[in-house]
Parts: sequence; structure tokens; C-alpha cells
Amino acid sequence: MSDSPMIRLDAVTKVFPGTDHPAVDRLTLEVAEGEVVVLVGPSGCGKTTTLKMINRLIEPTSGTITVAGADVTAVPAPELRRSIGYVIQQIGLFPHRTIADNIATVPRLLGWERPRIEARIDELIDLADLDPAMRDRYPSELSGGQRQRVGVARALAADPPVLLMDEPFGAVDPIVRARLQDELLDLQARLRKTIVLVTHDVDEAIKLGDRVAILNVGGVLEQYAPPAEILRSPADAFVEGFLGSDRGIKRLSLIAVRDATLVEGPIVDAAATAAEAGAAMAQHGLDWFGIRRGGLVVGWAAGSDLDGGAAPADLEPRPFATALGPDDSLRDALDAVITSHSRVAPVFDGARYLGMLTIEEISREIVQ
Amino acid sequence: MITAQAAGPFFRWDWVGRNLGAIWDRVVEHLTLTAIAIGIGLVIAMGLSLVALRWRRTYAPITWVTGILYTIPSLALFALLVPFTGLSTLTAEIGLVSYTLLILIRNIVAGIDGVSPEVREAAVGMGYTRRRLFFEIELPLAMPVIVAGIRIAAVTVIGLVTVTSIIGQGGLGFFILRGLNSFFWTQIIVGVALSVLLAVIIDLLLAGGERALTPWARRRGAG
Repeated sequence: MSDSPMIRLDAVTKVFPGTDHPAVDRLTLEVAEGEVVVLVGPSGCGKTTTLKMINRLIEPTSGTITVAGADVTAVPAPELRRSIGYVIQQIGLFPHRTIADNIATVPRLLGWERPRIEARIDELIDLADLDPAMRDRYPSELSGGQRQRVGVARALAADPPVLLMDEPFGAVDPIVRARLQDELLDLQARLRKTIVLVTHDVDEAIKLGDRVAILNVGGVLEQYAPPAEILRSPADAFVEGFLGSDRGIKRLSLIAVRDATLVEGPIVDAAATAAEAGAAMAQHGLDWFGIRRGGLVVGWAAGSDLDGGAAPADLEPRPFATALGPDDSLRDALDAVITSHSRVAPVFDGARYLGMLTIEEISREIVQ
Repeated sequence: MITAQAAGPFFRWDWVGRNLGAIWDRVVEHLTLTAIAIGIGLVIAMGLSLVALRWRRTYAPITWVTGILYTIPSLALFALLVPFTGLSTLTAEIGLVSYTLLILIRNIVAGIDGVSPEVREAAVGMGYTRRRLFFEIELPLAMPVIVAGIRIAAVTVIGLVTVTSIIGQGGLGFFILRGLNSFFWTQIIVGVALSVLLAVIIDLLLAGGERALTPWARRRGAG
């Protein structure tokens, strides 16, 4: 971690009026510059309260919070908030303003000149991958996924170093959610913002976080570590229970196919003899073989295809039903492997054959 | 009345022709009384609504008092005021304004309350001050509900203006009162028909104004 964290919470406590137990209890947490930290935990764990204390939507009962080295109470709250991007689950786009005007919200509050605002709107529409034709539409004319992108673009408008996201993908369907998560990671790779994101979804935390803070009811920090470490060695029974019984499988989502060890597989040249194909199959204990033609693996054939005395050259290669790419996670791969009857899946980088991923290799990664 | 009807044609166009100037003057007077009442009513209602929104406990007493004003029979209210403010425009306006308050306050408060909490949270979270939040976010979003209140208030006031004829004001009510006193049907019909027409026209104009002000409320699309 860097010496001067971008965000630092120091013994922050929040007791809401009329309650005995703190919502957040002496929480100390540092977020480094350019890092994505995900706060995750069951309801009542104070994750949203913690997030809202950073931009002072909720004022702590005690403790201090600094952003970029400055105490957040050093400037008036509205001024502080204009320097921090904020995205909420329901997005909260302004229904009476066009998409362009929604994106321009914070630059306007900051009093930017008109031409600078216009140029920034164009940049953000491009950055958020929105159709420029949407500029003059109203939020009610957009789909949920599009609104979410506008919400993120609006939060980034004044180029704040820090972005706070409160369950940003909670209100969209799972397919759109997965896409928006990928887009956020893409965006983050380019922008290197310091992001604090709240979710109740462990999988989202593992996918998005550089570090994950697992909070227990009452705002108690149970573990704060990179996702791989949390999955490998949960700090206590609570974390273990919260991660669920499929901890090993969750770890697979952090490993890319390119990092796994692949086997060559029973690949034979189209010109090979039936005997050579049989030997390759026997060596791998499989009843099928891949056919290479002109340097490319073009498909496969079953051992039984050779029964009538045919040679590999006579066979029409069958296309692979599932093929993995090097960027797929082992979690995606697991699905491909267990649904293939021979428990292996071929890996291609474009047209180039890289090898076979086996169920044994995946299980070795889980145990490791 | 039967005598009056027997005395000549039921509706005398020649009277209308001879009195076009006077009719126009009364139309203008009618509209002026209405516009002042709505204008002052809006200012007072906005002030009281801000108080009610800021200090929630005051909302009940405010609607209570304006509710009582609203239920006093108009004739009685004007009669009560005459000893203090005389047969004046001031008397008329005090009465007219007091009838707009309940409607306007209810709609302003309901309109602002109707702004979704997430819009408010996003606005505050991005650095809106309380004042800018009100004028730039809450008020524009509440506009359809507020304009609905203004429409009801305007139609109510246009009707009530005719009653102020008993204290020497009255716009088109002047013809109604005169017609009733002299059993002259033409004047009554002109007064009634034109005040109904005014109410309809003003209502339509306000509805059109609202549509122009809130283009976002009409467009619905892509789910």
C-alpha cells in the first residue's frame, strides 16, 4: 500500500439517533490511489453508511475521514461532494433534463464555461460508449443499462479522483449487470480512479475488487484483503460462511485460462493414418481426436468414425461445440469442461489452437 | 322575471352591439382581478409551502387555517371585510387570494413531495446546495402538479370574481348583478357566458403552458 492513502477512515463510528448499537463501529480502513475497494456484507453491516460518510451524506458520530490527505469536514459538504463522483443503485438521473444536461450536472455546479462543458459531454458520451443521438433524449426514453452508463458518465464528468458507487448494478438484470461490470473494469483500466463500491453480492465483490472489505453486522471489519487471499484463507468462520460453500469454485473466477496448464491433446494431422489416430486417442484415454489441417485445428472426429477402415483424411471434421479463449476465467471453463462428455475443452486464441483444458487441471487449481 | 321575459326578445343582440366597449372593459377587469389573485396567492402559497416543507409540523396548521378560509361562504367573507377595507379592490383581492391558498399549498407540497428520493439523493450527493436543489431540481419536477393546482385555483377565482360585484368590483359579475336587479336577461347571459368562456380559455392556456414547460413528462419510450 502507498504511504499516503487516497481515502482513510480512522476509527469511524456511527450511532444513529434512537439506537443503542452502532451502525459502524470504530472502522479503520485505507484505500490506496487507483484501487477498487469493494465493501460487502449482509444487510445491517453498515456498508452503505460507511460509503455515505465519505461524501458526508451521513456525518460520523466520531472518528475522522480524509480524502487525498484532507479532512472531509475541512470544506463545506456540497463543495466536497462536487469533487467526488457518486453513483447510486437507482441511478437518480434527473427526469427533466436531457442526457447531455444530466452529464453536465457537476461541471455546471462548478461553474465551468459553456464550451468546456459541451466538449466534456462529447468526451463522456464516447467514454461511456453511448450513442451520440442520445444527447438530447430524456432519461425515460433509455433502457436500464443505458441509464446506468449515463449515471457513471455523470459521476465522472468533472474528472473526480474518487468514485463512490452504492450498489451500482443492483437494479439491472444479470446479463446487463455482467456487461456493465466488464465495462467498469475496462474503464478503470484506462482511468485508474480510486473507487469504493458497495454491494451485497460476493461474486461482484470478487470480480470487481482489488481489495474486498467484508463487514459484519454492526459495521465490524472481518477481513480486508485481495479477493484471492480472502478465498484462499478466510479470516474466520463468519467470512467463510459469507463466502459460501463454493469458495473453491469462486476462486476459479479469478484465474484466467491462459494461466492454467494446458495439455496438447489427441491432435493428429489430416494426413495421419488411422493407427496414428488410434494411438493418440489411447495415449489421452479419449474416444475422439482433433484434426489439424494446414497448421490449424479445424475440428474433431470420433474414434468410431474410423471403424469402417476410413482414414482421418476421409473424415469431415466436426466443429467443437465449446471452445475457450485465453481470457475466459476457469469458472467459465469449468462449465464448458463438465458439459463436454470427455471432460476436456479446447482452447483457441482466435484461430490458433493452444491446447486442451482438463477437469484435472481445474481441480488442481482449486486445491492449490 | 316572467314580466321581463314578456317585455321583449329573450336575448337582445342590439344591446350587446351597443355595449361592446363596456363588455370588453369588464372582461379586462375580470382578468385583472383573477391574475392579481393568482399572482399574490402563488407568492403567499409558495412562502407557506416552504415553511411547511422545512418544518413538517407546520403543515397541518397551515392547511387547517387555509382550509377554514376556503370554506367560509364567499358572500359572508366579503361582508365581513367591508367594515375594514371598504368597497375596494383590496377587499375583493383579500377574499379571492384566500380561496387560492389551500389549493395552491396542497399542490406545491404534494408536487415537491412527489420528487423521487433517489433523484434527491443523487442531487445532494453530487453537491447541490439546498437552495439550488429546490429551484433547479425539485421545483421543475413538481411543475405538473403545481400547474394542476394553478388551473383549479384560476377556474375557482374566475367564478368567484363575479361575486365581488356586490362590493362594487366584479368584472363580468357587474352584468349579472345588474341583470338580476332589472330582470334583464341579456345582461345575465352575457355575464355568465363570458365568465364561463374565460374560465375555459384560461384553463386551456395553462394546460398548454404546462406542456411547453415540461417536455420531459410527455416522452416515454424504450423500457
